[in-house]
Amino acid sequence: MSLNIPKKLETAVNRTIRNYPQKRSASLMVLHAIQEHEGYISPEAVEWVARKLELEPINVHELVTFYPMFRQQAAGRRVIKICRTLSCALAGADGLRRHLCGKLGLDERDHRLQITEDGRFSLESVECLAGCGVAPVMMCGDDFHEGVTPEKADEILKEKE
Amino acid sequence: MPQEHRLILKHVDDPNYGPDLATYRKHGGYRALTKALKMKRKRGAKGALITPQEWLREEVSRSQLRGRGGAGFSCGLKWSFVDRKSGKPIYLICNADESEPGTFKDRQIIYKDPHQLLEGIILSSWANDVELAYIYIRGEFVEGARILERAIAEARRQGYLGKNVLDSGYKLEVHVHRGAGAYICGEETGLIESLEGKRAYPRIKPPYFPAVLGLYQCPTIVNNVETLCAVKHIADNGGDAYAKLGTPNNTGTRIVCLSGHVQRPGYFEVEVGKVTIGELIFDANFGGGLRPGRRLKAVIPGGSSAKVFRAGETFQLKGQKKKVKLLDLPYDFDSLLQAGSMSGSGAIIVLDDTADMIAALANIADFYAHESCGQCTPCREGSLWMSKALRRLAGGQGRRQDAEQLLHIARNIQGRTICAFGEACAWPVMSVVEKFREEFETRGEEHERAATEAKTN
Amino acid sequence: MVSNKSKKKTAPAPETITVKVDGQAVDMPRTMPDPLTGEPVPTTMIQACKIAGVEIPHYCYHPKLPVAGNCRMCLVEYGMPALGPDRQPLLNEDGAPEIRRMTLPYEPGTPRGAIACATPVAPGMEIYANSPATRQMREAVLESLLINHPLDCPICDQAGECKLQEYSVEHGQAASRFVEQKVHKPKQVDLGPRIMLDAERCILCSRCIRFTKDIAGDDALGFVDRGSYSTLTTFPGKPFDNNYTLNTADICPVGALTSKDFRFQMRVWFLKESPSLCTSCGTGCNVVMGSREEQIYRYEPRENDAVNSSWLCDEGRLNYRWIGRPDRLADPLRDGQKTGDWPALLQAVAERLADAKPGSTAVIASARQTTEELFLLRRLAQRLDALSDTPARLGEADQLLVSADKNPNTNGARLSGFCFTEMGINLPKIASGIRRGKITNLIVFGEDVTRCGIDRALLQKVECLIVSDILPNETTARAHFLLPGCAHAEKRGTFVNVKGRLQRFFKAVEPPGRARPETEFLTDLVHRLTGESLPDNPEGLFNHMASEIKAFSKIRWSDLGDTGVDVPV
Repeated sequence: MSLNIPKKLETAVNRTIRNYPQKRSASLMVLHAIQEHEGYISPEAVEWVARKLELEPINVHELVTFYPMFRQQAAGRRVIKICRTLSCALAGADGLRRHLCGKLGLDERDHRLQITEDGRFSLESVECLAGCGVAPVMMCGDDFHEGVTPEKADEILKEKE
Repeated sequence: MPQEHRLILKHVDDPNYGPDLATYRKHGGYRALTKALKMKRKRGAKGALITPQEWLREEVSRSQLRGRGGAGFSCGLKWSFVDRKSGKPIYLICNADESEPGTFKDRQIIYKDPHQLLEGIILSSWANDVELAYIYIRGEFVEGARILERAIAEARRQGYLGKNVLDSGYKLEVHVHRGAGAYICGEETGLIESLEGKRAYPRIKPPYFPAVLGLYQCPTIVNNVETLCAVKHIADNGGDAYAKLGTPNNTGTRIVCLSGHVQRPGYFEVEVGKVTIGELIFDANFGGGLRPGRRLKAVIPGGSSAKVFRAGETFQLKGQKKKVKLLDLPYDFDSLLQAGSMSGSGAIIVLDDTADMIAALANIADFYAHESCGQCTPCREGSLWMSKALRRLAGGQGRRQDAEQLLHIARNIQGRTICAFGEACAWPVMSVVEKFREEFETRGEEHERAATEAKTN
Repeated sequence: MVSNKSKKKTAPAPETITVKVDGQAVDMPRTMPDPLTGEPVPTTMIQACKIAGVEIPHYCYHPKLPVAGNCRMCLVEYGMPALGPDRQPLLNEDGAPEIRRMTLPYEPGTPRGAIACATPVAPGMEIYANSPATRQMREAVLESLLINHPLDCPICDQAGECKLQEYSVEHGQAASRFVEQKVHKPKQVDLGPRIMLDAERCILCSRCIRFTKDIAGDDALGFVDRGSYSTLTTFPGKPFDNNYTLNTADICPVGALTSKDFRFQMRVWFLKESPSLCTSCGTGCNVVMGSREEQIYRYEPRENDAVNSSWLCDEGRLNYRWIGRPDRLADPLRDGQKTGDWPALLQAVAERLADAKPGSTAVIASARQTTEELFLLRRLAQRLDALSDTPARLGEADQLLVSADKNPNTNGARLSGFCFTEMGINLPKIASGIRRGKITNLIVFGEDVTRCGIDRALLQKVECLIVSDILPNETTARAHFLLPGCAHAEKRGTFVNVKGRLQRFFKAVEPPGRARPETEFLTDLVHRLTGESLPDNPEGLFNHMASEIKAFSKIRWSDLGDTGVDVPV
């Protein structure tokens, strides 16, 4: 798949780079921008970012594989992240996750990113989302959802469809 | 009955309050900054003429403010280590990577009162001759980053940021930098590496103390969100006024995050040391107690890396004749250290008698195995080993010796790693296994017996 | 090991401090030069221990690379002078400073280690390099490194020179406590044309990453994934192919990175190691030749800070197979006929040259010949009033080691007086002399003169062509007398590198057939032609030569040591 960086995005990237005394510092911000646009970070995108920041591709590849928010493959249109860490676990996060797996036809033993057959949703377990006081929490896209019961999760899914 | 003392969170839950600059100013916002920037040279505590910047640094020292990120290190002392003679720029980074399990305090400030944070950042930058500051915000706070960006744009328009802050001649830019889901970025040198566009591998100290060799090998201050907000209040009211809050050496207020098996989980801002752990869990003002019919089993007092307390424990504190019961322990820095744990990031996770300590510990161990950056051997290998052993034990394949072995693995990590993640992953294991050893041994024996029976049948 | 002679004189010597290593007080400089910048940086515990003669086990630390501090193998227990509230040292009853063993701040009963590779020494510090606590820390690190390691020593090329094996003997435990499933990672990864990776054996010390980035200047390697799953890699599809990749196999403390050239060729413990030099260019990198049963299996860099530090380029390192080529010249030939009788052959050559008219002979010799050989050839040339010269051999240079001069002994050829500073200036004169029939005898050592302006037709005009070489070429094919010589691996001698480093090398393997070291038959010829008896052993010959060559004055063979000496060029 070839990479298509629209002019507008490139301008925004250039602006971001100027926020730092050293171009390399913009890495994470630029990768976020690319992932928001492309849905994931392809090898071509890694090379593009490396060129942009005057780095070697391995320097960027190291980041994409270190930071869990970056994906190397396409995900479903809506990415659901369920917190699995202690406070959420104590509040029933695993039940919530299994409920959603069942509903979306996904493997409940797999905590990594899974995509529904129709490609509409992705589900993954993530570590603490800093919402422990309103556990269990999950994210759908960029949005936080607090105190998510299975019923509430169903509503969120319906809303996002 | 002890009450909350809201200083930093004073307005956040006011339905009429918003994250915009006008609202902030209406509530006294940027008053401290305006006052400070107009200040002339004055006599310092030691009688000598000092610059206004030196004045604020002195006030922060006098306030005895301790870092709210986890280590509780004196903020004034941290600032005093900054190499001001290197000729290199000095950077300030606001650590908004809030990721310690159990912690959700910085988020309240960022989302609901971003200008308070910004004012704290501007004042702290000004006091330390910083002209470029970054807010390193955890990647998942997507909206939080947008709110901060908007606040920065507003502040720049109003002259609180830019080439000539409030016509004082002082120059400052602040940029928001988003992380991407790595807990280790909360460690200040890991954060600096990450901000330099690298894997967040914490740096070896010596020689890479941020105050001397930080961002781009320049002197750098890394302060937590809540700490920087406290600076704003110190600038506003003076260090002595701040130090009157709380208890000696544990001054000011701090935001406590309560989660787990309590009726009213949430955040509470209290004077440090004026409220006990028992009050935080049981008082109607705070946690509101456990669910009906449940008994307290364990308390993790300072984020998941803090050593656990077992219900009913008592502690010998300095200067106290009688042992202090867990629930009577003042929630402050020093008492918790003396009790063998720490208040860390101010996050209390409560476990009642329904909690399976093995499952809970396996959950924590999974977190650390997942978040270990992998740079240094003891943590990289030890964290995954503990997680695998605990998963095996939780999954029915335990052995009697697992408890002892887990302690051994953990003891081989603590104190031997590049950064404090070593302690963070070792301490939960050490404390839970030590304090609930019988659960582990009984479980291990049961599994061994079941395995033998399965074999003989 | 490292010669001081090449180091430039620096400003005042650094302050000396005293620390104790295992109870022994040792003086050492407070600072030492940074491996990359040469700037003075605080002396570290590991350097201090080395000065004290105590080796601290380590994996990620390498004296030539920036410090990483990640393996934690060099953790040591240590103590510092205790200070009173007035910041003055507390004294024991005997008046000596009280030393406080460092403990964990949150657990005062537990010793606290420091990584020796990165912790500066301080006056009065005591390092407990072998205390029970230090040993326990090492054991624990080693256990951690081994739990996910495949333990496939029987089929691992590193076996025998593996630091995991070595330290396991000293610090390992007999049985593993690890009952969980190991982490699996890619094996037999083709990292580049010359390097294979077994990621399961990798201990993530990052030496290779630091080397290729900071020394070779090719930021090509990195880690992907996190925690225990971290894996060394290149960017997918981008081969690791700079000219220094094989150094990463050298510095890899385990069997993760291996040389494709050497893989499965020979168990290292069978190899005989001989100190030698690389001859692929004028840099004169120091090497260790690994050989068994007269066959060379590998070159490895030998540390010499005045020349090649600890490195070697891939091209030079792999340029050894010609030594064992089956078409090596192994028999002396007279008019193309084998003759086993060296003395008769040399007598015939001597007679031929003795009768030659002064000026009717020319000598062309390669700057691949040793200084001693060129010295002897110069003697012959003087006796015969012969023009002599050496063809230059130029190529590309790089920033690190590779020199544009592809001859290993250009300066030897110059200093011996065999050729002028401007090499090859006499070659056209020799060609024209042959063309005009003035030069009828040509002596050639180690060059194919048909590539240096004396083509086949011109060569036909030479009445007597005396050639010494080691591999066949156009010139050797036309020799009237062919004297098979030795590759440098088969003899002893010296070269002078492009910067004037005079270095010696030693014999690793026997020459093929009846081939002989050139100095042997050259001293013979010199004797037959001039009556002069020169020593026929390399040491004696060198000492004699050094007494005649101004630049070598007062240098003895034994002075050359492992790393050579600088001479003015």
